[in-house]
Amino acid sequence: MARIHLKNLDAVGRKHQKLLAGYKGLLLVCTGTGCVSAGGFVIRDSLQAMLKKRRLDKKWLVVQTGCNGFCAMGPILVVQPEGIFYEKLNEKSLEKVVEEHLVGGKPVKASMHKDLATGNPIPKMAQIPFFAKQQLVALRNKGIVDPENIESAIAMGAYAGLRKALTTMKPGDVLGEVVRSGIRGRGGAGFVTGVKWGACIKAVGPSLEHPERRPPVLVCNADEGDPGAFMDRSIIETDPHAVLEGMCLGAYAIGASEGFIYIRKEYPLAIERLEKAIAQARERGLLGRKILGSDFAFDIKVHRGAGAFVCGESTALMASMEGRVGEPRAKYVHNVESGYMGRPTVLNNVETWANVPVIVEKGGAWFGSIGTGDVAKSPWNGSSGTKVFSLVGNIANTGLVEVPMGIRLKEIIFDIGGGIPGGREFKAVQTGGPSGGCLPQSMLDLPVDFDSLTKAGSMMGSGGMIVMDDRTCMVDVAKYFIDFLKDESCGKCTPCREGLIAVSEILGAITRGQATEALLGELEGLCDTMAVSSLCQLGATAPNPVLSTLKYFRDEYVAHIRNHKCPAGVCKSLIRYEITPNCNGCHVCSRNCPTNCIAGEKKTLHVIDANACIKCGICRDVCKFDAVRVG
Amino acid sequence: MTTQKVDKILDRWKRDPQYAIEILQDIQDEHRHLPADVLHYVADALALPVGRLYHIGTFFKAFSLKPRGEHVLEVCMGTACHVRGAPRILDALSRELEVPEGGTTKDGKFTLEPVRCLGCCAIAPVVKVGKDLHGEIQAARVKTLVKKLAEG
Repeated sequence: MARIHLKNLDAVGRKHQKLLAGYKGLLLVCTGTGCVSAGGFVIRDSLQAMLKKRRLDKKWLVVQTGCNGFCAMGPILVVQPEGIFYEKLNEKSLEKVVEEHLVGGKPVKASMHKDLATGNPIPKMAQIPFFAKQQLVALRNKGIVDPENIESAIAMGAYAGLRKALTTMKPGDVLGEVVRSGIRGRGGAGFVTGVKWGACIKAVGPSLEHPERRPPVLVCNADEGDPGAFMDRSIIETDPHAVLEGMCLGAYAIGASEGFIYIRKEYPLAIERLEKAIAQARERGLLGRKILGSDFAFDIKVHRGAGAFVCGESTALMASMEGRVGEPRAKYVHNVESGYMGRPTVLNNVETWANVPVIVEKGGAWFGSIGTGDVAKSPWNGSSGTKVFSLVGNIANTGLVEVPMGIRLKEIIFDIGGGIPGGREFKAVQTGGPSGGCLPQSMLDLPVDFDSLTKAGSMMGSGGMIVMDDRTCMVDVAKYFIDFLKDESCGKCTPCREGLIAVSEILGAITRGQATEALLGELEGLCDTMAVSSLCQLGATAPNPVLSTLKYFRDEYVAHIRNHKCPAGVCKSLIRYEITPNCNGCHVCSRNCPTNCIAGEKKTLHVIDANACIKCGICRDVCKFDAVRVG
Repeated sequence: MTTQKVDKILDRWKRDPQYAIEILQDIQDEHRHLPADVLHYVADALALPVGRLYHIGTFFKAFSLKPRGEHVLEVCMGTACHVRGAPRILDALSRELEVPEGGTTKDGKFTLEPVRCLGCCAIAPVVKVGKDLHGEIQAARVKTLVKKLAEG
């Protein structure tokens, strides 16, 4: 394939658009990890075979796209140009879509998305409430481009920002736009990106030829470790060139010629697509030497993380890139001065990099106009732009959403997310991963931005948003996060290593009903000590899930301690399963019980032997008559 | 594991100690664990103390010093899976396979492993076996899953 130059970038895009225009329409099949696990690849291949059989493959083009976002509804197919959205497809319903819609011209109502309230089919994707309130910047090409085809990305405007920079902007101008945009790091801490880049440029030293110049390195953090978060994976699986272009622009601004992407090994599809994208970009002259025919040179290597949550911490990440275990160091010296191999290093998250091309193309002021506060005054004076969230847990519309900063929590959870399924009640929303906190119903009016969330005792974090219903025990959730961190603490500093063990023991005692109220004071004291004395942010923010649940759900802690009750029916030591008179004696529970502890004649009320019951909950799962109660 | 295979992996990473973690990942993939003799061989080749490789091998979750089973059942313990009942799935699998968390069945067929978030929270709770993701698993259904895997 020929290398692309500054002059013919548009022509490459136009050529691909012309190719697409030659078809009657496009069939966009989602092949993000969520849909693939539900059969996305099977749908893609079957669709191709069905078209071929009917000789329609010259009329309709099947395009595999990255994550569409509406993961709960996979496998997904969107028929362009009308934008008809089909969900939960299987071979049979797909055949119907091909026959009735593609051949017969009549869209198939049965496979369309249904309105949650009325049950009426919604034909077009843009009309579905899940999509209507979103604003796409980082995910601008979601569900449209083929992540494994660079032309498809170029046709949608990829690398146009890089061309603009290389032809009309000096490195300082690129930095200026990023500063003006006010963008803050999307990985969790929310440090101002432009300030970080500026500090690195300072540390690099004088001019390119100067003997004392220290060559800088760029790193993209794709070691997405927060449980319940998959924004970075989806961005890479959907639009890897957005990340590559963002890094090229960063390299141009900072003067780097070397970059790394540190990505979790647990994301095989993302790694595969990233490596393909890098290979294609090199082949077409968008990475490597003489990028777009200019004098600018930059290349990217991929590092696979071997599975350690703490490696999301910048100094631990760099240690593991150097072939050592991922233990953080005290940050008296910042990475921008001495990071990877002692070189000035800029580390940004996947989503931050993916935003950079748009900032350069449309201008920092445009980006700054989205979101809260007035970042023109100071980048710390608000949260500009949009944020991608993974909306998961006990919520109707699980998936990936991108919303402007400042949107209210309830808009995300109820308007976009469709509320809590199964007629259950909202209890809490958890943001910020293990460093974040749980917010109750009374905080649903909170605007979602860096500063509001921190003030409320949670944090933005990388963008995981886990919704919990009334069957979730908040003490158990706090214990879950503490146990997670206890497992993932690197053990280097004492407050984190020992503190987490002690906190876990206290929470364990509470969930077993073996604690006294005096222990709550001790718990808070331990949390305060960890917050001020841990070496890195893993330990320093670890108390947040405990402190936020103590603040907003203290009555649940008290119920465990004083009444030996778990109000949500989760903590095994404090609950028992009972069968209510709703039981019609169908035997389904007793057949599925692993310990055979349910007795009862057919068509008579069954009884659970409490001594033999291991509280596995299977009887409640399988009962169709809601006859199993937890008390 | 033959030394030729290890050499091939070492050469892929140019015998650069900076890539020690990558090298061990390839060995883990190939051999389902890090055998002691291989660790010593790699340490010599990279001129690193073998203790450093053991440090890496026990620090990161991707590595195992004991052989893992033919099928590794990775039970996602992410937050979304947790609130949708992942601990109950883990318990059910543990009962079904008669092994504790992290254990391998006597016949070497299955290893049960609780893992960190797999990032496919929309279909929680999730069990991953090889490259296949099994979503919306219910405790009552794990029997069928194990049976299907055992039959290949």
